Amino acid sequence: MTHLIVSEVTLTFGGLNALTGVNIAIEPGLITSIIGPNGAGKTSLLNCVSGFYHPTLGEIRYGKYNLTHASPHRISTMGIARAFQNLELFRGLSVLDNLLLARHKHLNYSIFHAIIYFGKASRIEAENRAYVEKVIDFMELEPYRKKMVGNLSYGVQKRVEVARALTLAPQLLLLDEPMAGMNIEEKEDIVRFILDLKKEWGMTVVLVEHDLGVVMDISDRIYVLDFGVLIGWGKPEEVATNPKVIDAYIGEE
Amino acid sequence: MSYFFQLVVSGIVVGSIYALSALGFVLIYKSSRVLNIAHGQIIAAGAFITYALTVMVGIPIYLAFLMSMVITFFLAMSVERIFLRRLIGEPIISVIMVTIGLMSILDGLIYLTPFGTENFSFPAFLPVTPISLFGVSISWTQMVGVIVTFAMIGGFSWFFKKSTLGISMRAVSDDQLASMSIGISVPRVFGLAWAMAGLSAAAAGGIIGNITGINFDTLHAFGIIVFPVVILGGLDSILGAVVAGIIMGLIQQFASGYLDGSWGLNGTGEVMPYIILLVILLFKPHGLFGIHEIERV
Repeated sequence: MTHLIVSEVTLTFGGLNALTGVNIAIEPGLITSIIGPNGAGKTSLLNCVSGFYHPTLGEIRYGKYNLTHASPHRISTMGIARAFQNLELFRGLSVLDNLLLARHKHLNYSIFHAIIYFGKASRIEAENRAYVEKVIDFMELEPYRKKMVGNLSYGVQKRVEVARALTLAPQLLLLDEPMAGMNIEEKEDIVRFILDLKKEWGMTVVLVEHDLGVVMDISDRIYVLDFGVLIGWGKPEEVATNPKVIDAYIGEE
Repeated sequence: MSYFFQLVVSGIVVGSIYALSALGFVLIYKSSRVLNIAHGQIIAAGAFITYALTVMVGIPIYLAFLMSMVITFFLAMSVERIFLRRLIGEPIISVIMVTIGLMSILDGLIYLTPFGTENFSFPAFLPVTPISLFGVSISWTQMVGVIVTFAMIGGFSWFFKKSTLGISMRAVSDDQLASMSIGISVPRVFGLAWAMAGLSAAAAGGIIGNITGINFDTLHAFGIIVFPVVILGGLDSILGAVVAGIIMGLIQQFASGYLDGSWGLNGTGEVMPYIILLVILLFKPHGLFGIHEIERV
């Protein structure tokens, strides 16, 4: 069980501080939410963890790995996967191919096995396919398996986005607003998926989300950011009564 | 009628060389959205290296041809590593300015060598008598050039369809963020795209040098004709580059074959491709095979 430790992370763009001395400890097996008003630095923080940005100061560690200066493709092999806020899918490919592509790191057979195909290569391909089918099953994407991603509805595309992150078989899943722009039913589905991921797959989930109702309901821990500064953290009920958090969301008189 | 077929054959010969020249340009644009203005110089360098290896060092020409492809493979890869890697994420105009600068530097370096100003030609290594079939004749150098070109284009198509690296290159050209998040190293893909562009440029250079002789002006002119070809083909499509290259070659040959000399016209082969290009772009602004970017908000 691996902890993700973000310590004293500061991220600066020119003269602008997107994050200032942020400390976060993500405990394994829990759902941790990061909330805050628009522009609070939530996505910047996720970008630091997944290697798209590198912190100006501070350190990010995941178990034995130091993520501070690691590149995104390295981090994706350390058991950390991410779903994006804006859809980043291969639109011209089917759902199945999008997910199979995410398994390419697991195609570790040599060219000789590839030429012979039977034996090792076919076994590995079958394993990958089986894993992808398991994810498709779990995310209830069966009806769309062969459909081209670009033609699917927004809600389904968001689910494919999450499914592709799952296909990497991560221990830590970073979800950036997986419910943005969804209707109530679609949100309920995603909530159910997230809870099942925790319970059945034992996955650690980090959730960036605007829907406070959902966040309060399903999170084990909540961190609140405002203008790049951490202003509150703890269990949902602690955060809900934190005066600084109330100020940030409702404003002062 | 045999005159017509003769023009078709030479159109395909010229066109396939355009296609091979355009291939490297498309590879770079497809993966990294960089317009490599210095592509003609790399083509020329490929021809010079082949010549230097075979005439000055004395290596058999086929081996020299392969070696020059390997050398430009690494040359282009280091160009990407040194000049373009640090420009990832910078505005596209800065990147284009850098490749223009690169073109000037390569020009300068080439003019320092005898290749910049003098003409050379490869020692003849193929039979001199042309192949004649049904009244259409084609020289051995052209024949070999076309075969090598199609073999290379076939090889690249296979690479992009079937190999893991090729598929990751296509993934990067489709969505860089998504590719990174599933564990593809985007800088590595960019480096590889340049390397493969260098390799195909050297092949094009070798073939052109063999057909037209080694002259810097002729060779780097191929870096310019690449532009109408890729614009017609649609910048990021390999198939587009091949089809557009051959269309260009055919138009050029037909124009100079039928129009030159009548009504006091001359040099129509130079102009006609651009006129047709303008007309086609009126109706298909993304080129024949280009991707229509449809934004849904």
